[in-house]
Amino acid sequence: MSRTNEHKFVEEPALDIARVMRNKSRRSFLAMGIGAAAGFAGCKWLTSRPDVGGVPYPLRRTLEFNETMSESYFEEAHLAPTFPRQMAREPRVNGGEGLPDNFDPFAWQLQVVDAGRPLIFTLEDIQQLPRVEMITELKCIEGWSVVVNWAGSRLSDFAAEHNLGVRSRTRPAVRNRPRDLVRYVGLETPDRGYYVGFDMQSALHPQTLLCYEMNGQPLPVEHGGPLRLVTTVKYGIKSIKRIGRITFIDERPPDFWAERGYDWYAGH
Amino acid sequence: MRTWEKKHPFAIRWFHWINFPILVLMLWSGLLIYWANAVYRIGVGSYTLFKFFPDRFFQALAIPYRLAEGMSLHFFFMWFFAINGLLYVVSMLLSGEWRYLVPDRHSFTEAIQVVLHDLRLSKFKPPPRKFNGAQQIGYATVILMGAGSLATGVAIYKPVQFAWLTALLGGYEWARWEHFWLAVGYVLFFVIHVVKVAEAGWNNFRAMVTGYEVVTVTTSSSLAPTKSSTPAAGTTA
Repeated sequence: MSRTNEHKFVEEPALDIARVMRNKSRRSFLAMGIGAAAGFAGCKWLTSRPDVGGVPYPLRRTLEFNETMSESYFEEAHLAPTFPRQMAREPRVNGGEGLPDNFDPFAWQLQVVDAGRPLIFTLEDIQQLPRVEMITELKCIEGWSVVVNWAGSRLSDFAAEHNLGVRSRTRPAVRNRPRDLVRYVGLETPDRGYYVGFDMQSALHPQTLLCYEMNGQPLPVEHGGPLRLVTTVKYGIKSIKRIGRITFIDERPPDFWAERGYDWYAGH
Repeated sequence: MRTWEKKHPFAIRWFHWINFPILVLMLWSGLLIYWANAVYRIGVGSYTLFKFFPDRFFQALAIPYRLAEGMSLHFFFMWFFAINGLLYVVSMLLSGEWRYLVPDRHSFTEAIQVVLHDLRLSKFKPPPRKFNGAQQIGYATVILMGAGSLATGVAIYKPVQFAWLTALLGGYEWARWEHFWLAVGYVLFFVIHVVKVAEAGWNNFRAMVTGYEVVTVTTSSSLAPTKSSTPAAGTTA
């Protein structure tokens, strides 16, 4: 053996080696055993804590910690990749919460609640804003993704046009966060059967659209027509279909899937 | 003569043993997540040799419909996996232990000889170094795989904020595929590792717990101080 400096020579024969190794073994195996027991107890403790939104609270706190880390790294300038038009497909229709059949898209209006101030908008109001087309991946929290050609207006343009989500009632700017910007945006279906919460910087990301067209056609009802949200910066669960109400608010809005064990932030 | 010798430093033993249950938990929570879109297989065209995983496998382990639980566990234990792995690499570098582990230009031919020896196809005797060529390649690979799991994991977890990384790995779907196959790789590594450890015997295993190994030092060796040389009291396995 080559590591001379670590050698320990003994003059006594094998009996002594056996004794020394037994002592070393006892100590080390005991320490490892205690470590294993502690780890096992830690896991038991972790999974037996009271639930917050469907997961033990230490795990919920960790998701929130991860959210803080993500937010600190988040940049508006970080964009999701875009794809050639011929890659666009029709996404799978997944989940019908908040989308009952008895819905009249022609009678639809968009309600906005901004710091308690109620406002009403029509689809034309949205379509007057600059039309933005993006061919991006819709990433489902289940693990699959699909490229779709979306078109609509940026939520940030909508907020800027109507001075929404801003304490000073001026044009919102992310750099004023959190001083001047309201902290969150909540969106819900007309029947409030499905609802999502957004942090303000994700809501104002340039790839967060109020979407009214899909693959070159007016947005079909089963995909959330006449108006849905589409964002690249969160899982598909946040791209709410059939928006009935948008609320700019300082309290964290409720979120359908976050109440069922998922990450509230769910951000990319 | 027989004596005991320090083999594995304290830090490396503990990082190794802490990593084991963390990796198990990452694989388990990963399965809970993977189930929701279990699309990978071994096959050509429409012919599938093996599907990851058969429904019976998921049912037997009670995996279905636990996506949310899997994600919350995965995004909790990922920190332990990353920090433990990082500390392990740092301690390898600071202690100089990396020298035993990083393959050199002889490792590859030696690894082939070791594999032939293990398959009883060659009379080659693996050298009495801390790690032979096959071990060096195996252990170095599994550490790189750990780094790969972190990279592909970040690429799936934050594919917009780290879009450059996701693009580097071939895009969102490829990154998920790579992340999955790295996980399969750990399982294969584990099987071979456990078989080899069982073959190597108790003295070798004990060294990974205690840090010490019983070794035989020949009296003719220049390393042995002549004053203390005594007749060899026995031989180790």
